[in-house]
Amino acid sequence: MNKIRTSLLVAAAAATLAIPTLASAARMWMLPSETMFAGNGDEWATVDFAISSDLFYFDHPAQPFEPVLFAPDGTQAEVENKAKGRLRTTFDVHLTQKGTYKVAVLTNAVFGSYVLNGEEKRLPRGVTAETLAQAIPAGATDVKTSEMNGRVETFLTAGVPTDTVFKPTGKGLEMVPITHPNDLVSGEAATFQFLLDGKPVANLPVAVIAGGVRYSGALKEISAKTGADGKVTFTLPDSGMYWLNVTTAPPRPAPAAEGAPKGPPPPRPARIDNYVATLEVLGA
Amino acid sequence: MQIRHSLILTGVAAVSAGAASPALAETLDLTVTIPRMSVAEYHSPYVAIWLEKEGAAPRTLSVWYDIDKPKNGGTKWLRDIRLWWRASGRTLQFPADGISGATRAPGTHKLALPAGKLGNGAYTLVVEAARESGGRETVRLPVTVSGGKGSAKAAGTSELGAVALTVKP
Repeated sequence: MNKIRTSLLVAAAAATLAIPTLASAARMWMLPSETMFAGNGDEWATVDFAISSDLFYFDHPAQPFEPVLFAPDGTQAEVENKAKGRLRTTFDVHLTQKGTYKVAVLTNAVFGSYVLNGEEKRLPRGVTAETLAQAIPAGATDVKTSEMNGRVETFLTAGVPTDTVFKPTGKGLEMVPITHPNDLVSGEAATFQFLLDGKPVANLPVAVIAGGVRYSGALKEISAKTGADGKVTFTLPDSGMYWLNVTTAPPRPAPAAEGAPKGPPPPRPARIDNYVATLEVLGA
Repeated sequence: MQIRHSLILTGVAAVSAGAASPALAETLDLTVTIPRMSVAEYHSPYVAIWLEKEGAAPRTLSVWYDIDKPKNGGTKWLRDIRLWWRASGRTLQFPADGISGATRAPGTHKLALPAGKLGNGAYTLVVEAARESGGRETVRLPVTVSGGKGSAKAAGTSELGAVALTVKP
């Protein structure tokens, strides 16, 4: 009985500690109804956007994100029928052109604190790089900020895949496909290159996770790192929808041993860039 | 209905074969079996037949789909013949002369497909079937062509039955 109580207490303590970790482990994603189309000029995809712990299930409150649609001819197009439910944002893409479309959701948030009249204050929620200057009152000192940039993407192709939508902007963390993301087949190697502010970025952790975790029971995660040229190659074993994540965030420190003194939390980096793509892999 | 389209297909095949000099072209005599199924909802499968050779672009020989749908509507689902769509289909215009044909009912179908001059070497004939509200299956027939001749056999287990190929000069 005593033993049980102790372990429960430990579990409770662990759970409390884990809250921030869990919150940051929630994953952002888009889920297209399908990704490959005949290209007859009048086809539709519907896309869900959500945040969740498991892929791809709706279990967190929906956020009012704005998708940007890049058309094969290099222009920006409008998504249609956008709606926000409790657990997801949804919209449709009308594929009228031939080639590859990209849907992107870009996020920016600044966290931090400052000291005013000897008192430390935290930045309110919802501050972005654009509104940061207004959020810090005159006379504030010891300003500490951490900027988080997110890019969530998915790709749709009508007919033959094309490359115009992959031209990098030179801002944030971006993916340049070596293997076209709408040309992925199970058992074949896929290569992508990652750029940070337009330059290849080495040694970043890449995680690829198959959807359907709830029923497969196992988190079939592929872990890799970008090479010196910013490229990473991996082989997806099965067909299905996959979530790909690359981040500049430092790895989380290993949990302290039981009884060991807890050190101060590591300082937040001044900037974290996070890239997510949903990829559909077809069976051979 | 089925016969009419088969006749059209055979007719096109015959015309194409006739246009080329017989000495310079091979014909693929192919038998494809579409299994009979006892399912609540059955639609004849979309089928693609193509020829692969290492180092060469895959070549589509025949595609069966709903060619009678208005506004070329049947082409929307061609992408469900997935391996073929990626290998060759997405680069083609439909309807395609000598390639497009109607879907076929369960049974054994004999085809004579003009293949042009093949040359000696290793080829793979691929048959892929994708059925609405059903499954998808691919049967691959590796065949060595020598002097314009060769043969191969294989069989599917779900969406395709026996497939037999004879290459004739």
